[in-house]
Amino acid sequence: MSKSDRDDGVSRRKVLECMTWIGTGVLWTVSGGVPHSLGIMGEAAAAEAKAKGLTFLQISDSHIGFHLPPNPNALGTLEEAIAKVNALTLPQKPAFMIHTGDISHLSLEAQFDDADKVISQARLDVHYVPGEHDFLDPDRKFYIDRYGRGTKGAGWYSFDANGVHFIGLVNVFNLKGGGMGDLGAEQLEWLEDDLKGRSASTPIVVFAHIPLWTIYPEWGWGTDDSAQALSYLKRFGSVTVLNGHIHQIMQKVEGNVTFHTARSTAFPQPAPGQGPSPGPIKDFPADKLGTVLGIANVTFKQNEQRLAIVDSPLQS
Amino acid sequence: MSTTNTVRSALVAAGLGAATATTLAAVVAPGWAQTLPHASAGAISIDNFTFTPQTLTVKAGTTVTWTNKYDIPHGIASENNAFARSKALDTDDNYSFTFTTPGTYKYFCYVHPHMTGTIVVEPSNE
Repeated sequence: MSKSDRDDGVSRRKVLECMTWIGTGVLWTVSGGVPHSLGIMGEAAAAEAKAKGLTFLQISDSHIGFHLPPNPNALGTLEEAIAKVNALTLPQKPAFMIHTGDISHLSLEAQFDDADKVISQARLDVHYVPGEHDFLDPDRKFYIDRYGRGTKGAGWYSFDANGVHFIGLVNVFNLKGGGMGDLGAEQLEWLEDDLKGRSASTPIVVFAHIPLWTIYPEWGWGTDDSAQALSYLKRFGSVTVLNGHIHQIMQKVEGNVTFHTARSTAFPQPAPGQGPSPGPIKDFPADKLGTVLGIANVTFKQNEQRLAIVDSPLQS
Repeated sequence: MSTTNTVRSALVAAGLGAATATTLAAVVAPGWAQTLPHASAGAISIDNFTFTPQTLTVKAGTTVTWTNKYDIPHGIASENNAFARSKALDTDDNYSFTFTTPGTYKYFCYVHPHMTGTIVVEPSNE
């Protein structure tokens, strides 16, 4: 890949404008790798997306087994989230769903069973990556046994859909004392190799549990070796990084890379530094809980390298 | 607290893996001293993603018990594998390890590795 090739397709001419709330969701588009708010998705845009493109869903942090304030029933709110998935009116049927980790709260078989039972009601293929709560069984094998078929190492993998290259990374395994999330040398090597030879115009979606940008190191909200991973993605014109872990929506744009975190389906966590710790907001009003839990759907329109992420709360 | 009460609570602590750091050797009967040569206890609480105390200093032979008082699970791992990793500690679960060799033991939460703590084990006076 020559220098000039690397420069192609990475446009910095537009900057992030704003986040637009549209009814129950936030709509983003990415053009040439640079997101901008699109406003309310009109009929024309919807028809265009229907013509050729890809829609998929993201859920995250279902924490099945969590039963403390502010949510005594994390399975119940996951059920609501899946009901929301089934009720979404989208220009095209979602191709699949991704789950960005912390499926369970304590990695118990029964918790994974319960999660699977509810998530399967969406009748979609689900591509998982683990959260730190999914490696809490003593031998750290339940997650891999259940979701790891065809994956490498602690569960990383890639696949292609409608011309988009998807990469599921694991940054919650064998964490180091004093550190944050960690990908590790073996996975980084695999990633570099996985991207080698791909055209810079291929839209890339990377998903992992802990954010791949540093949000708040005091709470461990970042990944120690994410810069290395992102260096392999620099030459691509459209890179979208989808994470969970922090139980709230955050977005950042850096060059051609859009970072986005999804809501949890279980409980909210404070904004960085705005609470005593990154734990659940215990006194969050029960009747408002659905406003801070939710799902996301993501749409690509081919040839335009456009991506729209719509976050929908369980309750508006 | 009277001497008698101190002894009793120390025995309970050593037996159940609960709190209270105290030394038995000076006050227990000789028979007990033989079966529990260094029995004493140290306690570390886990709350709000913090180990308290951050540094715990104990005598060799002390059983240290971590108790998770928070509503998110945590796990204890030694920085250099100097002692066994705990299972995941749910709310109110605890984990104990008896430190017999003097030294400085750094540990962290393997679920949230930004949480760290230190145990300093001093030689016992025997």
